[in-house]
Parts: sequence; C-alpha cells; structure tokens
Amino acid sequence: MELTAPTTRSAATGWVFKNKWLLLIGAIVVGAIVYAYATNDRVTVAVLASTLRQSTPLILGALCGLIGERSGVVNIGIEGQMLLAAFVAFLANVYIGNLWIALIIGALTGALMGALLAFMAVTLKMDQIIGGTVINILAVGLTGYFYTAGLVTKGKFAPISLGPLADIPLIGPVLFNNPPITYLAIILVFAVHYVLFHTRWGLRTRAVGEHPRAADTVGINVFRTRYINVILAGAIAGLGGAFLTLEGVGSFERLMTNGRGFLALAIMIFGKWTPLGAWAGALLFGFLYALNTQLQFSGVGLPPQLIGSLPYLATILVLAGFVGRSRAPAASGQPYETEG
Amino acid sequence: MSDNDAPIVLEAKGITKQFPGVLANDKVSLTLRRGEILALLGENGAGKSTLMNILYGLYHPDQGEIWIKGEQVTLHSPGDAIARGVGMVHQHFQLVPVMTVAENVILGAEPAGSGLHLNRREANQRVRGLSQQYGLSIDPTVEVEDLPVGLQQRVEIIKALYRNADILILDEPTAVLTPQEANELFRIMHDLTERGVSIIFITHKLKEVLAVSDRIAVLRGGRVAGTADPKTSTEASLAELMVGRKVILQVDKDEARPAAPVLTITDMQVRDDRKHLAVKSLSLEVHAGEILGVAGVQGNGQREFVEALTGLRAMEAGQVIIAGEDATGKLPRYITELDVAHIPEDREKHGLVMGYTIADNLVLNRYYHSPFSRRAVLDRDEIAENAAQLVKQFDVRTPSIYTHASSLSGGNKQKVIVAREFSRPVKLLIANQPTRGIDVGSIEFIHNQIVAQRDAGVAVLLVSAELDEILSLSDRVAVMFDGRIVKTLPIEEATRERVGLLMAGSEA
Repeated sequence: MELTAPTTRSAATGWVFKNKWLLLIGAIVVGAIVYAYATNDRVTVAVLASTLRQSTPLILGALCGLIGERSGVVNIGIEGQMLLAAFVAFLANVYIGNLWIALIIGALTGALMGALLAFMAVTLKMDQIIGGTVINILAVGLTGYFYTAGLVTKGKFAPISLGPLADIPLIGPVLFNNPPITYLAIILVFAVHYVLFHTRWGLRTRAVGEHPRAADTVGINVFRTRYINVILAGAIAGLGGAFLTLEGVGSFERLMTNGRGFLALAIMIFGKWTPLGAWAGALLFGFLYALNTQLQFSGVGLPPQLIGSLPYLATILVLAGFVGRSRAPAASGQPYETEG
Repeated sequence: MSDNDAPIVLEAKGITKQFPGVLANDKVSLTLRRGEILALLGENGAGKSTLMNILYGLYHPDQGEIWIKGEQVTLHSPGDAIARGVGMVHQHFQLVPVMTVAENVILGAEPAGSGLHLNRREANQRVRGLSQQYGLSIDPTVEVEDLPVGLQQRVEIIKALYRNADILILDEPTAVLTPQEANELFRIMHDLTERGVSIIFITHKLKEVLAVSDRIAVLRGGRVAGTADPKTSTEASLAELMVGRKVILQVDKDEARPAAPVLTITDMQVRDDRKHLAVKSLSLEVHAGEILGVAGVQGNGQREFVEALTGLRAMEAGQVIIAGEDATGKLPRYITELDVAHIPEDREKHGLVMGYTIADNLVLNRYYHSPFSRRAVLDRDEIAENAAQLVKQFDVRTPSIYTHASSLSGGNKQKVIVAREFSRPVKLLIANQPTRGIDVGSIEFIHNQIVAQRDAGVAVLLVSAELDEILSLSDRVAVMFDGRIVKTLPIEEATRERVGLLMAGSEA
C-alpha cells in the first residue's frame, strides 16, 4: 500500500510524505537551536560556529571517500592523504609564505596520493584495502621522517566576513564569517551533489561504480573514469588536510589527522554515499566535538575523559544503527577486468 | 523477409581467437544481409559468444577481418561498433539496476543538453518516442531492478535502437523468458527486420531457430560446422550438425511407480536477500520413485525455495517433512544426513570448492565419516580411491583426481557434483538447474542418471527454467509463479502451451 499511495497525492504532499522523518529531525534541530539561542546566545553561536569548522575536514574526507566509491574504488587511505597534504601544505606555508599557494599545493598532494591509489587499484588491480593501507603507512612514515620541530609559519587563514550577511543574528556569525576552506567545503558539498546526480559525468561515474561491464559495453572508459574520480577525490581530501595546518591550528604535529580520515568513511556510510547525507553526518560529529570543547570549558561535573569520548561513542552508535540499512555502490572495491 | 539479393551489412572473414588453453574461434566466416534474421546455433562453449563479442568490439580477434556495410573495420571498443550501427543485447543484461530505464538507455550517449547538465526530461521523452515507434511499451522513469526480466530485455533493445543500431546481436535472448514472452520477442524481431534492421540471433534452442530465422549457421568447437535453411531442416538434423553425432533428444524412461511421500512441504514462506517474500505459501509433496518437475521462469522464488529446503536460508513460516522427520529450519548437514542429495543451482558457488582438488570435492558430503576420516584425521588413501572410482564411473574428463575443480569445464564440474551426490544411497534428490550451460553429451548423461535414481526409488525434486528439460524428465509438473505453486499437472496434461501460460501466471 505504501508504494502506491504517494501517486494519488499531489507532488508537494508526496515529497513531504517521503521525507517525513527528515523534516521531523530538521524541525527538532531548528527548534533546539532557537531555544538554545534564546537561553544563551553567546555560547550557542560559539558552539555552532565551532561545529561548522570541526565538520570541515570530516566532510572533505567523506566527499573524497564517496566520490571514490561511487566510481568503484574503496579508499581507506583518506587518513594518509589528509596527513601528507597537511604536512606538505604546512611546509609550503613555511617556505613560500603564501597561504593560497600552500592550499593549492596541499590539494595537489592529495591528488598525487589519489593517483597512487588509482594506479594500485585500477592498473595493478591490487586489493584496494591494501592500497589504502599503503598510503596510510607511507604518509605516517614520510611525515614522521621529514618532520622538524620548531618551524614557524607566517600565520593562518583568517575568517572572511561576508559583509551585511554576517550581521544577521545567529545565522550571520555562524555561516557568513568563516575562513576560506570552510566556505569551500560547503560549496563542494553542493557541487559534488550536482555533478554526481545531475550531469553526464555523474551518471557515467555511478554506472562505473555499480556495473562497470554495463558501462564498458556502451563505450565508457572504466579505467579513465576511475582514475579521474579518484584523483579529484584525492585533491578534496588534500583540502581537508590543508585545513588542519592552514586554517585549523596553523602548525603541524605528528599524526595530527587523529583518525579523521577513518571517521570520514563512517560519515560517508552514515550519509548513504550521498554528499548531502554525509554533510549531515559531518555536522553531527562536528557538533559533538564542539560540545565536547564547550563542556570542558564550562566545567560540568563530569570527568573530561568521559566527555572526550563522546564523539567516539557516537561513532559506534551511528555505525551500528545505520550501516546495516544502507547499500554501497555494487562494484565498489572490485577491480575491473576487461576480457579478451 | 529474407532476400538473397539484399546487400550484405556485416561480414566476418576467417576470425580466429585464442584464449589460454582454448581455441574459441577457428577461422570463422559469416555474412549477414540487410533485413534478415540469421540464427547462430551452437552448444555452450562452441564459440558463439566469443564471436559476437568480437563483432561488438569487446574482444579483439587474433586473425581475420570484419567488414561492416562494405567497409573493413577494426573495432577497438564497443564504442567503435556502436558508431557503425552494431547493437548488442547481452545474455547477462548490461543494465545498472539502481538507475531508471531512461538513464540506462542514454548512458554513454546522453542527449546533448545545455553544457554538462543531464537532461532527464529529454531522455524520458526520447525513450517514450522509441517505445511508441517500435511498439515496445515501457515506463522510462521506473528503476530497472523493479522490472521483470522480459521488460529488462526490452530496455536493452531500446538501448540499441536509441544508438541507431541497424545490426542487432541478440545473445541467448530467450533463456530467461516464458514461451509467451519469447513469442512476443519474436514478433518484435520481425517488426524490426521489416524496418530494415538485421538481426543475429544466438541460441541453442532448436525449436526457436526453426520458428524465427531466415538462415542458420551452426558453430561447433569454434568452427562453422555448416549452414542450414530453416525450411528444409528438422530439429534432429540441426542437433546432429550442432553436436557432430546423432543425438537422442527424448529421454528414455519407463512409467513411474510412485510410492509413499518422501518430501512434504506445507505453507513455506521465505524471504529473499532484499527481505521481500520470495516464496509465499508453497506446498508440495514428492513421492518415492517419481520426478516432480518445478517449472517456472527464473526469479519466481525457485532459488529461495530450494535454499530454504536444503537449509541454506532461513524459513519465515511453514513446515518441511523429509522421510518422516521434521526438517524445518534445520542445518544443511542435518538435512544431508536425512539422505538428501542436492545439486545446487550455482555449481561454482554452492556446488564445489573451486580451490579444492576433485578428490576433496568428491567427499565434501561425507569427509567426516568413516572411512574418509578417523578420529578427526583424514584418510588420504581412501579419499583418493573413492575419487578414482567415481571419476571413472561418472566419466569426469580430467587429467588427474588432484586437478583443482576450477579448471574443469562446466559439464565436468557438474558431473563431479552428481558423482558426489549419487555416491551414497539417498531418499530424496533435489536438483536445481542440473544441466544449465553444459554440453549436450553431459546433459544426456545427467538426465539418464536422474532417471536411474528415480527407478531406484528415490524421490526427485527437479527445479528447472528449461521447459524442455521439465517436460522430458518429469512424471508430474508443478508450475511455480510469484512464489507459489499455481498448479500441479500429471505429465500427460502438461503441454508446452498450458505450462507456458501457467508460468506467465495467466491461468488460475
């Protein structure tokens, strides 16, 4: 019955019916924010702005993961791609002293790691989990070996206020007064969504990730499609890494990605391999990080270790609750073999 | 329709293709004229699909020339073939299940829109236009995974027409269709040839070849064994050309002498992998000494039914009694120990362990019993002796009993399974698609073995999508449609037409 019912409704009510849970959750979130703002505006703005920034490397990592998987390549090397990009972008900032050039170099580093993954997964047809692990180990090794303590940068990205938009209460300071990579991440969420679901390239990419043979038989080059997607995805992960050293803390520390690349994969699954869904996941985790910081500042009578474990507990709950119900692209993780 | 003066649109000259260990095509030559249906007949492994994949640019020939519309061509990829008007409907549909009909049709040749944007409205309209023009009605906005196979095939044909194909290769198109759906396909094929489309129709079903083709080419062992005119050919003459010797198309068997029921199933319900009810209240009974054939188009719950029956899949509801014991929801080993033999549908996935030797595969159902195992230690000599004897008795063609199962041909793999399952006395035999995709010689052999089991008093449950197999082996025919047994007929009343209609769900 549920299947036939919506056809009798108008398109608008049908849409509402289909997305009733989404709308309900959205209403609760908005309600909670408004209530919190009315209770304590300063803290609310601080927590929400922090949420957005904490979510930036997560959504960039998740976008990298989902672009790869949509084209059929599993990428568990996001952590490594981000770490190496963070390091190289940091060095570029130290020695060149231009944040924008450093950002581009960070993205290129990610793209280069993407190319390496594509070479292992597509050309060598290596097990993709091993390929990703190679990247992770390589990144830890390289950054550890070349790391020199005491390097000083010439600053980090400052927030750019978007004029009158930034003056809107609550929304202004949260959304329209951010540093550039945070803006870029939001733009990328919508850009990737548009490309995947509303362009030829996206249709072909998804076909390659679901049924590469079908794509091959209509003349789509499976190998090239996977290469391009994995390299572009790598560049996005590179931006996520660069965020950490150019916008987040402004310096590099060993292993500073701290599991964000893996968390990004969990967020990708939470978002059912869609950019918008992943963004919701990234914001949820960003919020938990932000809340965590806020709770430690305000000194609630809980041990800090317990508060500190919040995001990780949430990871387990979210994955246990959602993974079973979503479906990965059918050919994700499988090397494509042409015959003959 | 056929016209000997019609221009040649496609010609293969001396195509040779070598795969590791197999010469798949050996100097094959073939011509196709405009507006004709050329049937390409041959057994599995005769090289039909290889040849077609070469003509479609998926494989590259080691030697030989391809001429399309008077021009010699080199096809580097399917894209090259498509550009020259060659379209192919593959045996395994090349459709993306989670995309809509229109998305599948336009994939790779999307209508030019404004820049990069994907114009779905335009795509839907183009598909509607094509489906009206050729009488192939379909809803372009439905997701392909929600379509029955007959309609999925229609999507494949529209896909080729959308690309302006006027040479259409249909690879085993009727394998997944009911007889009625097949007739519908033949009507479509004739319509297409009227419009100047030329068709190569690949099959191993003799009846169909005689019914629809204008000319017949027969492949055997990678070579063209001969050509034939459907007007002057018979099934027997074609079969002989195809196999290279006289073939007995009819299975020889005496009257069945059914005794007490061995298998009783009441109201079985089973869910498929997507949690939908695939088997909805199925009841049936198989008696000792009879073959009950379950006919039905693939995907009507047969797989889930057999998996639940053999303990490989959980049952939602219902009861299974085997030889007086309640076998409902029991583990596969418990059911095996009730003297049940099982020839599974997918021999490579569920029938054999590909990386094991033939000898080990031959004791998979008994390795833990004496004499193969003593106090948890395998007796290698006994296993080898058992293998040597079974390989001989069941005519498994293999260099050694220590050859890995993966390197055997389909027919020989199936013989290993049959040998293992028949190597101990059983009460019930469950055979799911026992001869799918194997050569005629092996089919004859396996059919005779199944009949011999019946005569020895075994209850046989035969599940098959090949109607000919059901009709020639069964003593009773149960027709499965949409997760139910819609009717059980004694073999005398089970005509092709009647069973075909029941398979399509059109007779209550």
